Amino acid sequence: MTQGIPFNIPFLAVAVMIGIAFYIIISQRNLIKLVMGLSILASGVNLFLITLGYRKGGVAPIYTHTPAGIMVLPIPQALTLTSIVIAVACLALMLSMIIHIYRHTGSTDSEKSRIMKG
Amino acid sequence: MSEKARDIFVIATLVFVEFLVIILARDIYLNGLHIYTLGASSPNLTIPENYIVPVRIILEVDSMSIFMAIITATVSLAAAIYSLSFMKEETGGDRFYTLLLLLAAGMFGMELTGDLFNLFVFLEIASIAGAALTAFRTRFADAVEGGLKYIVISSAAALMVLFAIGILYAQYNLLNIGALAQVIQYTMLDKIALALLATAFTMKLAGVPMHMWAPDTYSVAPAGTTPMIYIASQACLYGLFRTCFTLYGVTLNTATIGWIVIIIGVLSMFVGVTMAVHQSDVKRLMAYHAISQSGYMLLGVGVGLAVLGNPEALASYGREAMSGGIFHIINNALYKGLLFLTAEALFFRLGTRDLNKMGGMCRNMKYTSIFFIIGALAISGIPPFNGFTSKLMIYESVYRFNPILSVIAMLVSIITLASFTKAFQAAFTGPALPQYKDVKEVPKPMLIGMGILTIIIIFFSLFPGLIVSSIVNPATDALINQATYINAVMGGL
Repeated sequence: MTQGIPFNIPFLAVAVMIGIAFYIIISQRNLIKLVMGLSILASGVNLFLITLGYRKGGVAPIYTHTPAGIMVLPIPQALTLTSIVIAVACLALMLSMIIHIYRHTGSTDSEKSRIMKG
Repeated sequence: MSEKARDIFVIATLVFVEFLVIILARDIYLNGLHIYTLGASSPNLTIPENYIVPVRIILEVDSMSIFMAIITATVSLAAAIYSLSFMKEETGGDRFYTLLLLLAAGMFGMELTGDLFNLFVFLEIASIAGAALTAFRTRFADAVEGGLKYIVISSAAALMVLFAIGILYAQYNLLNIGALAQVIQYTMLDKIALALLATAFTMKLAGVPMHMWAPDTYSVAPAGTTPMIYIASQACLYGLFRTCFTLYGVTLNTATIGWIVIIIGVLSMFVGVTMAVHQSDVKRLMAYHAISQSGYMLLGVGVGLAVLGNPEALASYGREAMSGGIFHIINNALYKGLLFLTAEALFFRLGTRDLNKMGGMCRNMKYTSIFFIIGALAISGIPPFNGFTSKLMIYESVYRFNPILSVIAMLVSIITLASFTKAFQAAFTGPALPQYKDVKEVPKPMLIGMGILTIIIIFFSLFPGLIVSSIVNPATDALINQATYINAVMGGL
């Protein structure tokens, strides 16, 4: 595993994505934008996991027609797949709830559509 | 499939699960913890041949896990029975029960797993099922709002957990809790991972200052599921304890982390109860009390964590404080569950949760008012009810750690009593109101659901010593003895 500068670029991208995501989640009032923020957060975490799984010169562990070389342990990839599936389920649920909120209150602004306070 | 067959199937499943949990619990108390390696040729083969680390998912059940599983099984059963008559007046029952069983499965998974990533997956399963159940009555705008708040908080928390898992995996190439605990170093990256895990679990268990979602979610969740969603947040409390005690153990700076947990606990107790006093919505009032009661558990176990590195203090009061905190989890699950169910019974019959519009209900709903009295006395820590036993254990031991914390805990208990006196007086006593003249007692399944919890509360109140020595103390020791947990996976390597 080389620790050169190009190797760090994905980690910087992860940091930037997570930073943007938290900024959106905290600052935006529109519910759709809030969900977009969560989606970016999920992508950032997934990119982090995939980057962890990268090994220079490693071979993907697919057993048919394998090229020569050391196979990587596919755990991070497996984690990412699971995480993507879960993120999609969450996203669908959140968007469907926002549709209901819009039907009830006529707004997707979290300040205007809020009912419960205190 | 007819509706009756479906109902019988759901209840039979949950009764069977309760039965299995009790058998497993008995075996664990007699023979020590159990492990099960998924996909291995033998369940005990934690480390596959030609490997030096466990790569398979391992379920690891010790006394603490099974303690939480007992709570989950019991409350889920009572909640499902309670929901039977509620679902007769709603549509979409098939989906309701599917989500209910999924929520129970998610909680069991979180409590029984020995693998960090598996913990994340079950955390998400429980969150999605819980949020969908909260927003089940989409015809109410507030129900959808509560559900959205829950899923947003849950998915943000779960992604933080996943990021922390990624950090730990990057350093040690391990996901198993026992194997990680053996090699963890408490480097800067481990501290970041701990901060992420602790923040995420505190968010999910509604510890102050991250409690804003809890009153909204608990107050709108449909009948029977409120206690279950509350138990799901207790499963996250278990996740926090597992992280602090088993994953990091004495490698972390226990005094500092212990004090952070104590401060969150005291804040939750105090803010929760002061917010509860002036609520007029009966379920919101109880939701704020739920936050306040979680504070007691954090306080008790936090004191144990603060003295974990000091065997003398741990033996003299730390273990007692932890037992008090852990005993409070089961007590609170029972009486808080019962109180949520009585509040939902009022809403079911009256169509309102506003205490100012209720009155004189003890004439119409005799059994519900008896259940409410028992729950209210237990939560306020009035002897001889079970809430008193666990609170007394916390007061006594925390007093020896720091007297001021103990005084705050007692003060909170008194305010709790005041608040429940107000709620009882508003809903059940007073003159009969003409608009509620024809209100009848709730149907039998609801009474059975509440009755199950009441009987267990009375049993716990009569034999507190037996419960503490048979199920609570083993759970405390399981948290303290990190080595046992590690050895079960690593086989003393």
